[in-house]
Amino acid sequence: MRAVHFCSSCGKVQPPVPVDYFTFFGFPRKLNLDTAALEKEFYALSRHLHPDVFGQSDDRERAWSLEQSSMLNDAYRTLKDPIKRTEYLLRLEGVELEEQSKQATEKARATGELKKQVVPPDLLEEVFELNLHLEELREQKKAGEDDPALLEEIGKAKLSLEEKYDALFGELKTEWNAWDKLVDSGTEAGRRKILDAMLDVLNRRNYVRNLVRDVNEALE
Amino acid sequence: MTTDYIVGIDLGTTNSLVAYMQGDSPVVIPGEDGLNLVPSVVALDQKNQIVVGNAARRYLIETPERAVYSVKRLMGRGFEDVREELKLFPFQLADDLQTGEVLRIKIGDRTYTPPEISAFVLRQLKRNAERFFGAPVNHAVITVPAYFNDAQRQATKDAGRIAGLNVLRLVNEPTAASLAYGLDKRKHGMVVVYDLGGGTFDISILKLHDGIFEVISTNGDTHLGGDDIDNLLIAIALDDIRGDLGLDLSHHGEAVARIRNAVIEAKIALSSQPTAKLDVDLPGGKRYQREISLEVFEQMIQPIIDRTVGPCKQALKDAGLKPEQIDEVVLVGGSTRIPKVRRLVQDLFQRVPHTDLNPDEVVALGAAVQANILGGGSEITKEMLLLDVTPLSLGIEVAGGVTDKIILRNSTIPASATQYYTTQVDGQTNVAIHVLQGERELARDCRSLARFDLKGVPPMPAGLPRIEVKFLIDANGILRVSAREQRSGKEAEIDVQPTYGLTDEQVENMLLESFDYAEEDFRQRQVIEARREADTILTALAKAKNNHAWHELTNDERRKVEELEKTLVRVKDGDDYHAIRTAIDELNQATMRLAELMMDTAVSTALKGKAMDDTDMDEGPQAGHPVAKADFE
Repeated sequence: MRAVHFCSSCGKVQPPVPVDYFTFFGFPRKLNLDTAALEKEFYALSRHLHPDVFGQSDDRERAWSLEQSSMLNDAYRTLKDPIKRTEYLLRLEGVELEEQSKQATEKARATGELKKQVVPPDLLEEVFELNLHLEELREQKKAGEDDPALLEEIGKAKLSLEEKYDALFGELKTEWNAWDKLVDSGTEAGRRKILDAMLDVLNRRNYVRNLVRDVNEALE
Repeated sequence: MTTDYIVGIDLGTTNSLVAYMQGDSPVVIPGEDGLNLVPSVVALDQKNQIVVGNAARRYLIETPERAVYSVKRLMGRGFEDVREELKLFPFQLADDLQTGEVLRIKIGDRTYTPPEISAFVLRQLKRNAERFFGAPVNHAVITVPAYFNDAQRQATKDAGRIAGLNVLRLVNEPTAASLAYGLDKRKHGMVVVYDLGGGTFDISILKLHDGIFEVISTNGDTHLGGDDIDNLLIAIALDDIRGDLGLDLSHHGEAVARIRNAVIEAKIALSSQPTAKLDVDLPGGKRYQREISLEVFEQMIQPIIDRTVGPCKQALKDAGLKPEQIDEVVLVGGSTRIPKVRRLVQDLFQRVPHTDLNPDEVVALGAAVQANILGGGSEITKEMLLLDVTPLSLGIEVAGGVTDKIILRNSTIPASATQYYTTQVDGQTNVAIHVLQGERELARDCRSLARFDLKGVPPMPAGLPRIEVKFLIDANGILRVSAREQRSGKEAEIDVQPTYGLTDEQVENMLLESFDYAEEDFRQRQVIEARREADTILTALAKAKNNHAWHELTNDERRKVEELEKTLVRVKDGDDYHAIRTAIDELNQATMRLAELMMDTAVSTALKGKAMDDTDMDEGPQAGHPVAKADFE
């Protein structure tokens, strides 16, 4: 249990101190994280910080409990998800995630305009072919035709993308290990390189995810 | 506060209940009529007094324009939202309703907002609890559908305040049910709660682990329930009547109310019988008769109950679970008594659902458990903790009318998000924020919660101020917003304009009005109780006059008693509480010797060994003072 959230002599809730989510749980800033231990700690802290425990307390303690438990929940939600955890660490380390890209995507989806995206080089050929197939499928759908061979092609491409998606997670884990080793060794050398590599994996992963979504939409 | 009672309240669409924790188990507190369910019906009687519950039900038929039901469907809603609803329900909106104003419903010649009408129901439950405890009850936990949005929750909280209750917590209904369900045995695993009530549908998936009840996902429809089945059957009946009898009764309030009663009875009967009969007297001496088979009934309601499938699938998907990973399924809400609904749930989750809990009471019982936890807990609840989620994503409107989601649905609450704002124009001192709730991409497709106007930003060149706005969803699922200008460190003032809610000032005024009513209520209750006591005494006195002790009194004594008797008879039907009270006390005083004499007679008769049958033992010592506050009823 993190002593910082409670008074050392009376054990009561204390006002929140601005700490990062790793520190909140008393974990090192590492990416390989024991999610079972995280859950256990989350439950244990919830039992002491949740507003329900302060039903009979004064207004000040209730306000602290509200802030502390909302931070606990935000931290738990972020750390338990491997992607959110990685993104959070990148932001902590001062890497600007492509917020503009995210907003541009949302805007493009909302307005129906096409958004220009940089295709990862290793996917160039595959994406080009897939887009042709998808275009063909949309045409056929409009004409009310049905081409099993085309559907099979698209199905294969989708499977390949999903494999790629899983493989990218493996790549990310390799970077996690590199990062954790760096934290353990306490050195600074190669820090930026690892962070940039993680950002690159995340971007490619997002790209593939969006592609799979497009395929699913076309198949519906 | 520890000695105060905290009750748990299920404020339902059709019925409402109040419960509390008696030792280790939650129990429902019955009303004066001995019934646990208080129908959520509010009416004005002939004397223009508000009546609630079973007493109000008959007005639905006798004077439909002076009664309302299912008002929960209108909580936290705007005029545009309820346009469709109003075609199906006999609600009359106030004639002078302004756009942007909270809905007001006509009851007779008065108008009330939905929170005020709900407050009448809450006040009745409060009274029932106070009568039960013989002490004031000021604190409550109130349940709401899990899928209720911010405005609907706020409206429920307002209703509590108007009823004079300090609402310690709003608890989601399916979650409350799981508390009651998980209380007796230490349970572990994934539990699905399928809650189909009178007007709302919720599905919640919870992980139970060492006393922690963690909601993983929730979904639902706040306008889906038994009411929709009733309305469908009414529409079919009205069609039949138009076709067969050539009568258009759709605007005939009384006839529709009669048909409604008949279809509800038929619906209930079909949960245990293969057929049910509709038999309704219609205006003009005509009569509507029809027999419905279970098969036809199930075909008719299929489209309605199918609407629960989508939310169930979405909840499973959000939880990242397959049906086979679900350990148990719990049914809540009266509509889950319908066999077809049970089969649907069984097919969806591939589990035989639990039916051992009373689906009408389990939510109130769970609310009582939560009330106990908030009151400091007891041996049985001390390890229990509820971790609930927000059912809908919270967003803010950004450029282009797009919703930027800042707290995603199914986030454990309390949850927060911080956003930074700046100014567009030099010297700008106000910043407007539009807060939305919902899953859609465009702001216009989401629910508008409120517009926040940040005021008092120090005048600076455009883009320089950095205003930190913190959005926090509290444990009730209600949004709180705070803002700070970071360069000056100044707390920004926030002016909140709720899109569908009452302002604090309006709630305050309604609360004051309700105090006036509460006093009026209290006065009336006193009169009724005194009147009842007077009747008891007069009955006892009439009997006592047959006892020979009566003749042992002096003429003066007898004349005095009879005089006072006449006075009491005269004043008891009036509205003057003090006059009735005084007359009772005086009559009591004057009959003191009569009581003593009767007691002596009974004792001496007993001593003489006379047979019991020959004596008026029921007027004897066991009966106590014949004209005192005794239990004669």
